[in-house]
Amino acid sequence: MLLDGLARLGRSGLGTLERLGRAHLLLAGMVLGVGEVLRRPGLLVAQLFNIGVLSMLIIGVSGLFVGMVLGLQGYYVLAQFGAAESLGVMVASSLVRELGPVVTALLVAGRAGSALTAEIGLMKATEQLSGLEMMAVDPVRRILTPRFFGGVLAMPLLAAMFSAVGVLGGYFVGVGLLGVDSGSFWSQMQSKVDFQEDIVNGVIKSVVFGVVVTWIALFQGHDSVPTSEGVSRATTRSVVHAALAVLGLDFVLTALMFGE
Amino acid sequence: MGSRRPRAARPAAVSAIGSSEPAAQPDAAGPGSSPEKGSRPGGDVLVKIRGLSFRRGSQVVLHRVDMDIRRGDVTAVMGPSGTGKTTLLKLITGQLRPDAGTIEVDGQSVHTLGKTALFRLRRRMGMLFQSGALLTDLNVFENVAYPLREHTDLGPSMLRKLVLLKLEAVGLRGARDLMPSELSGGMARRVALARAIALDPDMILYDEPFTGQDPISKGMLVTLIRQLNDAAGLTSILVSHDVDETASIADHIYVISHGEVIAQGTPREIAADRSAWVRQFMDGLPDGPVHFHYTAPPLADDLLQRGVA
Repeated sequence: MLLDGLARLGRSGLGTLERLGRAHLLLAGMVLGVGEVLRRPGLLVAQLFNIGVLSMLIIGVSGLFVGMVLGLQGYYVLAQFGAAESLGVMVASSLVRELGPVVTALLVAGRAGSALTAEIGLMKATEQLSGLEMMAVDPVRRILTPRFFGGVLAMPLLAAMFSAVGVLGGYFVGVGLLGVDSGSFWSQMQSKVDFQEDIVNGVIKSVVFGVVVTWIALFQGHDSVPTSEGVSRATTRSVVHAALAVLGLDFVLTALMFGE
Repeated sequence: MGSRRPRAARPAAVSAIGSSEPAAQPDAAGPGSSPEKGSRPGGDVLVKIRGLSFRRGSQVVLHRVDMDIRRGDVTAVMGPSGTGKTTLLKLITGQLRPDAGTIEVDGQSVHTLGKTALFRLRRRMGMLFQSGALLTDLNVFENVAYPLREHTDLGPSMLRKLVLLKLEAVGLRGARDLMPSELSGGMARRVALARAIALDPDMILYDEPFTGQDPISKGMLVTLIRQLNDAAGLTSILVSHDVDETASIADHIYVISHGEVIAQGTPREIAADRSAWVRQFMDGLPDGPVHFHYTAPPLADDLLQRGVA
């Protein structure tokens, strides 16, 4: 009984290690395939459109609402200490450091990541990937690599858009509705938000999230069981794993970047 | 693959079905139908399989399989579903690795090749998948053009001409602008066939090409496979469980069951084989060595729930 349990545990551990190994080999294959993207920039542009441009609406709307909520909540807290004029700093710092990269990554995992997993999984299930291999075309280089770099590049751009729209949302609520002084809103933001400390660190975060979210999405699709149920499970796993990885990594990165 | 034999007695050019005499007349396709049969030099084997074994988990899929696929022949691998026929094709093309044994294609041991060499070898093979495996985001023209764009530097004009010729060969030049979702199953397989021959391979592998096809599509594919093989000087490996269609165009047949070769020979030799298993498969008998009933306890015990969970 005990031995059976140990054997099951061992098998499960070995299976997990094997999957991790396959995932890292896939990542290495995609990173080494950068030459394919440079040779055929059209492939990358198409994926920037699919992952980036088609996600702009959800990112813009979400950014606006998150910024408006930040403006509202921030105003009520800051007003208690007579610091309502600092609303711009609070909104911008929160967005650029944390909410922009994290919420964008979660939204991209849900919209574009799930689509990538389903697309690759279905290509596998319908033998399109095997068909490419039989045409002596490496599907990792030709299909997965452009999607990977598309996701990595799109993420910081979408996060920047999220933060910019969020700041505007905070401005509409704080200045437009609650009467915060417009000059103070912008000038305090300009003087207190640091380029290196806040913006560059935020961009680094979103690049890391871009790598992780796209990698997980593509691996789950590529490693899926080629049946309708298998692709469905892989799509669910893709979103769950990506969300957990983003939140966990956010803590680690925040501790490294902003910890004492 | 470099020493391909001329096949003078076959149609000289690949042409659309209906625009030339069908080559796959039952009389012509049987044993000895190939004009070069008998004059073939010894050792003229394109694919040599020795002691091939493959397991999936604890299940033995193929067990010590030996096969010789001769150049210029249509060689059929037949057997019921789940006997490892598709797995065999994937092993020949290097998509799977065997647990034991060797596969040599034109003298090259497939599973010792590096990725670059394997891809170079695959450029000389075409494979028709059961599903067609067309790229669903590209139209018919672009699907056939895909391998040409990937592996050649042909100009747009030459590429267009080549693609149209390949589509003409399968009778679908007029369908060039359709998307895969707009094609019937038979049309999709013919487009996939046009794509498989786009790079003028030396060998083509067919995975269950007749499955799910209506009689007209089936007839077209039967004729097309034989015509393409002979006109383009190909070597064909045809995996199927459609007995009549396959036997009508094959030069040599291997019958496999439970992962082992149980019979081989020309269609006439297989037709004359008296072994119970071969007869059950070839004649489509519902019971025989392969039982109608899946293994189960006696019915009475089951109904009375004696010792049954």
